[in-house]
This record gives sequence, C-alpha cells and structure tokens, in this order.
Amino acid sequence: MRTETRHEHFEAPSVLGNLLRRLHIDIPLFIVLLLTSILSFVILYSAGGQDMDVLIRQLSRVGLAFALMIVLAHIDPYQFKRYSAVLFVLGVFLLIAVLIMGQIGKGAQRWLELGFFRFQPSEMIKITTPMMIAWYLAEYPLPPRAKQLLVAVILIVIPTLLIAKQPDLGTALLVASSGAGVLFFAGLSWWIIAAIVTVLAALTPIIWHFMHDYQRDRVLTFLNPEADPLGRGYHIIQSKIAIGSGGVYGKGWLGSTQSELDFLPESSTDFIFAVFAEEFGLVGCLGLLALYLLIIMRCLYIASQAQDSYSRLLASSLAFTFFVYVFVNIGMVIGVLPVVGVPLPLISYGGTSIVTLLAGFGILMSIHTHRKFR
Amino acid sequence: MSRLYAIKDPSSEKRLFINRIIAAFIVVSLLTTGLIIRLIYLQVAGHEHYSSLAKDNSIKIIPLVPTRGMILDRKGKVLAENMPSYSLEIIPEQVSNMDDTLSRLQKLLELSDEDIEQYQKLRKRQKRFVSSSLLVSMDEEQLAKFAVARPYFPGVDIHRQLVRHYPYSDLAAHVIGYVGRINEAEMKDLPISEYRGSTHIGKLGIESSYESQLHGKTGYAEIETNVQARLLNTLKEVNPESGVNLYLTLDIDLQRTAYDALDSFNGAVVAIDIKTGGVLVFVSRPGFDPNPFVVGIANDAYQALQSSENQPLYNRALRGLYPPGSTIKPFIALAGLEFDVISAEQKLFCPGYYQLPGVTHRYRDWKKNGHGAVNLTRAITESCDVYFYRLASALGIDNMYNFLHKFGFGEKTGIDLVGEKSGLLPSREWKRERKNQAWYPGETLITGIGQGYLQVTPLQLAKATATLASNGKVITPFLVDKMVSAQGTTLGIEHSDNTIPLKQEHVNSVVQGMVNVVHSEHGTAKGINKNISYQIAGKTGTAQVLGIKQNAKYDENSIDFKYRDHALFVSFAPVDDPQIAVAVVVENGGHGGSVAAPIAGEVIKQFLQEKYEN
Repeated sequence: MRTETRHEHFEAPSVLGNLLRRLHIDIPLFIVLLLTSILSFVILYSAGGQDMDVLIRQLSRVGLAFALMIVLAHIDPYQFKRYSAVLFVLGVFLLIAVLIMGQIGKGAQRWLELGFFRFQPSEMIKITTPMMIAWYLAEYPLPPRAKQLLVAVILIVIPTLLIAKQPDLGTALLVASSGAGVLFFAGLSWWIIAAIVTVLAALTPIIWHFMHDYQRDRVLTFLNPEADPLGRGYHIIQSKIAIGSGGVYGKGWLGSTQSELDFLPESSTDFIFAVFAEEFGLVGCLGLLALYLLIIMRCLYIASQAQDSYSRLLASSLAFTFFVYVFVNIGMVIGVLPVVGVPLPLISYGGTSIVTLLAGFGILMSIHTHRKFR
Repeated sequence: MSRLYAIKDPSSEKRLFINRIIAAFIVVSLLTTGLIIRLIYLQVAGHEHYSSLAKDNSIKIIPLVPTRGMILDRKGKVLAENMPSYSLEIIPEQVSNMDDTLSRLQKLLELSDEDIEQYQKLRKRQKRFVSSSLLVSMDEEQLAKFAVARPYFPGVDIHRQLVRHYPYSDLAAHVIGYVGRINEAEMKDLPISEYRGSTHIGKLGIESSYESQLHGKTGYAEIETNVQARLLNTLKEVNPESGVNLYLTLDIDLQRTAYDALDSFNGAVVAIDIKTGGVLVFVSRPGFDPNPFVVGIANDAYQALQSSENQPLYNRALRGLYPPGSTIKPFIALAGLEFDVISAEQKLFCPGYYQLPGVTHRYRDWKKNGHGAVNLTRAITESCDVYFYRLASALGIDNMYNFLHKFGFGEKTGIDLVGEKSGLLPSREWKRERKNQAWYPGETLITGIGQGYLQVTPLQLAKATATLASNGKVITPFLVDKMVSAQGTTLGIEHSDNTIPLKQEHVNSVVQGMVNVVHSEHGTAKGINKNISYQIAGKTGTAQVLGIKQNAKYDENSIDFKYRDHALFVSFAPVDDPQIAVAVVVENGGHGGSVAAPIAGEVIKQFLQEKYEN
C-alpha cells in the first residue's frame, strides 16, 4: 500500500525542507503547530494583561517543548515500543511516590521536586499509558480478546485512580481517555462500547458517592451556575458573558473588557478560550477549531499510514486524546461540560501541558518519518 | 488464549483500523459541530443579551466579607479583636498629575522617600483603575491632616478596614496564634466562594484550628457598574454572617503569672483544670509578638525570629520534646503497685548504684552514697534512682509501656490545637522497627527514671498528672470552652469518658509520696509549702541534656549554659479535692526543685486563691 500525500509531492526541495526532513520532522504538522503556538502568544499577550514577562516565560517553555518534540521525532519508534512497559511502570511508581509524599506533606501534591525543576509524573503517564496499552495489545491479534481487554482495563485504571486521588480530575480523565482510545482503535466491539456507556450511566450515583465534596460542587454548579455566583458558578457566568458579548467578529485584539476588568478569572490558563472568543468572535473561534481539526486530521492520517499495530494504536490514541483535550476545555468554557482543570491545548499559559503535548507530537512524527518503505 | 496460537492477520487488522479511524473522524466532526452550535447560540443568538450584560453596565458580584469572630479568655478578656485601621488609597486613573500629587502628599503627611518609591513600584504592577495603597495604616495626625486637605487631592481617599489585633502580644501567641495573608497554596485548598474577598486566614494556634468557625459566612452584593467599575446601583444584597466568638478555658491573668515566673528562662508551663480538662495556662517562653504577622512581617524581622537561638516561634508546650526525668517516677511506682511486683511498704536497699547481674556497668543514683533502705513513698519523696532501677527491672519494658500508654504518653493528647507532637514512648516493637535492634535490659532501667528514649511534651505531662490526680479518669485537655454566635452558644469539643482502673490505695500511696515531695523535710520541692492552707502533690525532675561519662562528675558551674540540665516539675492541688494540675519545664534550669517548682507553686496559689474568694 503506497499512497503518498499531496503534501509530500509539493514539498519544496529547499535547504530548509531538507533540513527538516533530516530532522525527522513532519512538515505539515510542524507548520500547523507553529501557527497555533504563534496564535497562543497573540492571545496570551492580551489575556495576561499585556505583560511581556508572561510572554517571555511562556516562550521559553514552548521553545523547550519544541526542542523535546524534535528530539523525540528523531528516535526510532521501535525504541518507544521497546521501552513502553519500563516507562509505564516507572511512571506508576512515581505517581505512588507523589501520593505518599503528598500524604506526608498534607494536602494535594502533584509534582516531585528535582532540584532545579518540578516534575509531574501525571504528565509523563499521559503518554506512557497509551504506549503501554498499545504495546500490550499489539502483541496479540486484533481485535483484542476478553482476557487482553481485562488486562488493558486494569492497566488503565491503575494510573487513572492514582491521579484521581491526587486529586486531579482533569488529568485522570485525559489518561483514562488515552487508554480507552487505544482500545477503541484496536477494534473494541461496538457492542461492548454500547454496554460500557450503559453501565457508566447506571454507575453515576455510585461515582457520585465517591467524589470529593468540591468535585460534587463543580457538577452541581455546572447544572445550576446561578446557585453559587461567588464560587465556581462565577467562572461559568462570566465566561458566557465574555463569549456571548464577543459576537460574530469579536471586539478585536486587546479589546476584551471582561478579562480586563477581572470579571473573568483564570483568564490566561483554563479560561483563555473565553478571552479569545470575546476578542475574535465566532469567526476567530471557527478559525481556531479549524487549526485543531487540521492537527487532528494530520495525526489520524499519520496513524493510518503507520506500518505496525503498535505505531497505529499509539498514534491514533494520541490524536484522539488531543481532541478530548480540546473538547473538554472548550466544552467547559462555553458551559456544556462541568469545570475540570484541563487547559486549552497549545494555547493556555503554563508549561507542563505543552511539553507533554509536543512530546506526543514528537512521537507521531517519529512514527511517520521512520517508515521503512513508503 | 496463549500467544503461540495467536496468528495475526495484517490485512484484516489494517482494514479494521482504517474503519476505526473513519469512525473516530465522524465522532470528532459531530462533537466539533456540537461546539460550533453552542458557540453560535452564545455569540449570535445570545449576543445582544450578553453584550448588555458586559458592555456599558456590567453586573458585578462583590463579596461582603464577614467580621472575624473574637477570641476571649475564660473571664471574657479579649485576646484577639478587630481594630479599625485606615489606609490611604490612590486610584491612578483619577489622578491628573501623579508626581505632583505624590510630592504634595509627601510634604503634608511627612512621608519618607522610601514610602513614595515603594508606592511607585506597587503602582506599576497594578491596573490604572484599581485602587492601590500608599499608606497601609495612617496614624491619627495623618488622618486629621488629610481629612482637611482632601478636596485638593482628587483620586486619593481614605479606606477603613478591620485589622486583627492581639492586645496581649507575646503572652499567649503560641495558643492564640495569628492570622496572615492567604498565600497561593492555601488558596487552592480553600472553599473558593467562602474566601472570595477574604485576605487573611488563621495560620497558627486557635486562629488556625478554629478557622472555619472564626471566619464566618461570606455574603455578596450584586451591583451594576459602568466600564470604569464605578458603582451605579445595588441590585441585591445577601448579608455576611460574622464568625463566632470563641471563649477559651485559658485564664490570661494566670498565664501572665506563669509567663513572668519563667522570667529569662526558656521553657513551658501548662496548667489544666482537673474538673473539666480545660487548659488554664499554656505558656511557651520566649514568646513573640504576633501583631506584625497580620500586616505582613518584614523579612529581616522574620529571619531574626527564625534564626534566634531561643527559638521564640517554637511552641514548646505543644511540640517541645523533653525527657521527663524523675517526673515519670510516680507513674512507674503506680505501675509497680498495679502489676503487683512490689508493695507500698516493701523496702529496697539503695547503696548509691545499681548493677545488672553479670554486668560491670554501674547505674548511679543522683545521691552518691545512696538513700539506704527506702519504701515506695520515700523513694518518690527523695527521688531515689536505685529504687526505680530495681522496680523498672522487675516490671520490664512491656508492662511499663502498656501502663504509661494509658496515661497518654507516646500519643497526642487530643487538644484542639493543630501541630501537636506525640512524643515517644519506647517499646520493644518500636526499637525493632526503628533501629532494627533488640531491647536491652539497661534501657529498661533508664526508662524507669525518665531518661533514654522516652520523650514527652509539657502538655502530655500535665495531662498525665491531671489523670493521676483524678484517680485514673482520663483527662483530655481542650482550649475552647464555648462558641458564641448570633445563632446561640455551642460547647467546645466532646470529652472522652475513659477511666483507667486503679486501686484507690495504690493511688493514695503514690500521692502520699508526692505530697511529701512538697511538705516533708526530705522533699525535693519543700521550698513551696510556705503560707498555704492546702496540700500540693508534686514531683521534681531533672533531665540530662548532656550524657555524663561513667566516672565523670556533673558540675553545673563548669559547663556551658545550654548544656545544663532541664528542670521539670509536675504537680496538682489541693490534694483532698484536686482542682488544678501544673506541669513546668524550664530549659537549662538545673534542678527541678529550685527552679521549676516555685513557678508551679505561684500558678496554683493564684488559681486557688481566686477560686476560694469567689
């Protein structure tokens, strides 16, 4: 099966193109990621109160993230496969370590102090979980049998629970969906998918029972934001006002009044989409969604061109998780999903998520550029 | 299904996978369409509605911060209150010529150049329409001067706010604690809506332990503002509920007596009302002034407190770990009687040292030539070490552990104060676990005289003494007597109702020994029995800071002050109807009888005098 894309035909044989290819970089994906990052600086400048320091800090993180992506793109995907299990087990151990330290230090703890920087094991596990599941399932014929399904589910549940216990609901959700994504792409029967959805719906009261109070509050607030106007409901109300007042064309760059007046909390982090929607309107939002869709489509394309089960499963799951990221964040900001702490990928201020995201894209590039025959 | 039987079919797998990619693409498209529909709903259909909310007149919800509850002592004396404080605030946007305004203000209010400089820095960090404070607290003269000149300073205004104030300063800082600015880490764990608008939170002591009760309930007002955030109209108001007033069991006058009695020594005094378990005195000296912490203590002042050799920030009464020394002896004696390894009248001979069979090491008595033949009462009175070496040896560490544990050694007392230490009551299991070593017989001996691994807090000593005084009824110390709010009065924590089964005659023998400590000719604390009409039961203790070599001599005058022994004293009174239990630890005080006992004597005297006068 040799289908080459248009992109590859039209690549200019320039010096830069050669260099990028030698670096094992997937040029279409790279360009869209770069565009999105540039857009992120534009919106951060406005949302962060026109503070150059914020931009410079973010620039250094994004730079680091891109560097990591290029390094990972260079590594042969066989190496990822080989170390999947080791990395996964290491990640789980680190999660346990964080949890124990958190209990000693009283209160939530998500990171390990490694001298000069903080390391969040939950970020690493976002990538190593799909690696592990893909590695495990790829050993067997697909679609997976009941026994493999069971093992895979257990492998997903372990890190998910450890992170949910931190407690970091947003990340737990992303880890679970990255693992579930692998199962889906491995060919999990539609009947089972339907059954799981049914069971989950039935289990809702039980899950409710085990949730932290503040997590319950968030769900209640989501159902009725006006009930708690000072607390979490405040976010949703203010965010809807910001988005709605943006209209079709927006108020223009730096024209956001809601974040300016501090009506909109967390305007640089989880709620940055509200600022974006206020300033650039529906047109801008559609543009941003288009960028995200381009990324996702390119990733799914890479997955479809991958040459072994492991690469396919991993690539498709990473693409899927990226979409979950986008959907959960925007869904929460526009008030169709409860508030969980998930940043807007590639746009929100903050370093940890962008490093992990670009690491994932690095792996995708590695899978695409190391194919043995094209 | 074993791997051997598994045959992969690449082409069917690939087909399956491509189908799933297509399915995923459909799901992604559908969900994205959902997002777009919602965006259209908000930005096109709802645009007018939301614009009117956002554009000219915005509805803003502002929190109404509740007044923090006060903390009072048992007689109603105020220990923590809220004082009005006035700050000078400037809204830069409304000032036409900032430099001119600042220089005129500097002249008028006699501000230093640093004040102005600091404000300039602050101003740059904030938005132009947000008010920023030039002066955090104005004195009366500045207030008066500015009030007159106010019309000449548009954009400058006086703001009134309540600031927490601790009138007793360093006297009870460790118990009351203090409030300070909420930091980022604390913000994360706080209920966000309750603390919107609150700037301070209890950081230590009662202020921290009872934060949720003291804080009150935040209200809010919905106000209409224009783009300059200027108030146009109040639409709705939900009033805040003030925090509850806490009445402590603490007696601040008695606290003062104990604090002053410690004088220049470092140490701790804890007194407990035996009838209730209420803590009357909770002194840790040196103290510190909590007031600077409220407004934000200057860094160098904080560093000075942190690095001071006397560790004023350290709550010795709650967290200080000391070997109990001889103050443990009444409990060991009681254990001996209860486990029936000795009778009260049985005499043991003390030659001045004790040797374990087959070992040359001599465990020495504090009295070089020995006490001769002593019974239990006299052993307590004269604090005969050899008697207790032999008793400990006969009891064994397991019995000692079980018995002392019932009195609360080695575990938290359960007082309503955060940060309590549980001390250390050693056992065979503990040593196996911690040091991976067997328990040695010699360690049993020194545990019997309160040395070795054994470590207690002054609060634990007071609790154990109160428990002994009430014939084994376990006393749980507590600080908050009642909480008074607009809704009514509620009582503090529930008290446990455990009683250690003890034989009355055993307790009597031990207490007699303790009475003799104070009231007999040979007693180690006989200095405090003057001018009192009741009896005090007590026990002195001396805890080594430095290990003394086998044949070396301890000479108080020849060693550094910081290596001098700690002086301890536990006591209760009156003996026929115990009311108050006091534990005193004086760091580097030397002998318990001469330094620690008089402090307890003063506290007991003042408490009982007041009690009988009423």
